[in-house]
Amino acid sequence: MALSEQDVLAGLAELVNDETGIAADAVQMEKSFTDDLDIDSISMMTIVVNAEDKFGVKIPDEEVKNLITVADAVNFITSNQG
Amino acid sequence: MKSLKQNDPVQFTRIYSLGASRGSSEVTNDEIAGPIDSSDEWIRQRTGIVTRMRAPEGQSLMDLAVEASKEAIAKSGIEPSEIDAVILATISFPYATPSGATMLAAEVGAKDAAAYDISAACAGYCYGIAQADALIRSGNSKYVLVVGGEKLSDFISPTDRSISFLLGDGAGAAIVGPSDHPGISKTVWGSDGANWDKVGMTGSILDFRDGKTQWPTLVQEGQSVFRWAVWEMVKVAKDALEASGLAPEDLSALVTHQANVRIIDEFAKQLGLPETVVVAKDIVETGNTSAASIPLAMHRLLAEGKVKSGGYALQIGFGAGLAYAAQVVELP
Repeated sequence: MALSEQDVLAGLAELVNDETGIAADAVQMEKSFTDDLDIDSISMMTIVVNAEDKFGVKIPDEEVKNLITVADAVNFITSNQG
Repeated sequence: MKSLKQNDPVQFTRIYSLGASRGSSEVTNDEIAGPIDSSDEWIRQRTGIVTRMRAPEGQSLMDLAVEASKEAIAKSGIEPSEIDAVILATISFPYATPSGATMLAAEVGAKDAAAYDISAACAGYCYGIAQADALIRSGNSKYVLVVGGEKLSDFISPTDRSISFLLGDGAGAAIVGPSDHPGISKTVWGSDGANWDKVGMTGSILDFRDGKTQWPTLVQEGQSVFRWAVWEMVKVAKDALEASGLAPEDLSALVTHQANVRIIDEFAKQLGLPETVVVAKDIVETGNTSAASIPLAMHRLLAEGKVKSGGYALQIGFGAGLAYAAQVVELP
């Protein structure tokens, strides 16, 4: 069964916390990964690869640069779940 | 009718010795941070690099390669004249022809040795070890000098934020020869030319000649390369370990291409090696020296007593091409 937006957000927040130590509740939909959460490109890619595993989606390299905000990532994942 | 004669094969090979030479000028993060609008802290956080060693004007790639080779030859117990083949892995020798290897052979006294360069970027040294192993086991050569050497500072841009600030200059050399026991496992290698443009130059020398581009310098798509260098290359490392017949706990060291400490740390994490395996991080002080990085890193581990001769190291090179190669070697 496909996960809800809320489930994906919670799961993604957990991955962000694992990689960067940022509190999960700071990972909110409108936040920018770079500007608000200060996540660098290498950590972002680690989160992407772990998100692929966790949610069973494929996030191509060229798509990663479009994931500006947490909402971008949540929307991509929810609409591409297998 | 006489039958054709072929060489008697040799069963095993090993690395006899290593030599190292780093650029003589230490370049700190503060010295290069300005043009990329960065800082010492930013560079340390994103790359783990504290200093990189660069060759100043007057210290050439060949100077580095000769110094490293002479050390390896002196430690090997063989005479330079016994070297049958010289393989120089480099992307920064400034002549398309003749090869750097022929000059190197003459400089170190490897008279009449077969000599050629290989272009496999950061995988070049491991490609060279694979070739040396094959040349010796086929009976074609007895002793082979393999050198990974680069003067990358000739091909960097001070304003490039993708790769230039990581790079250093150096050469690492190995003497490979026959052995009475296995010392170099099967090489797992390959390439992915579909991603030819992920790491490379800003232009060709023809474009430069025709005024269509500035002096070509190195550049990369760091984020894509990071994914490939960790998650794809870990699969290659696992295959190489399996081919060697060893278990992770049998290794003394993991010596990856010294691309970036963040890559090395994630690589080690994904590979899941026990804590007893030393992870080489020569990059912290030397920078990323492409083909030279693996022998330089291994040389440092031995020199600092972090690993012992006779132990096993998993070495893996990966980079522009994309090209990659991995094998397990007995530490000299």
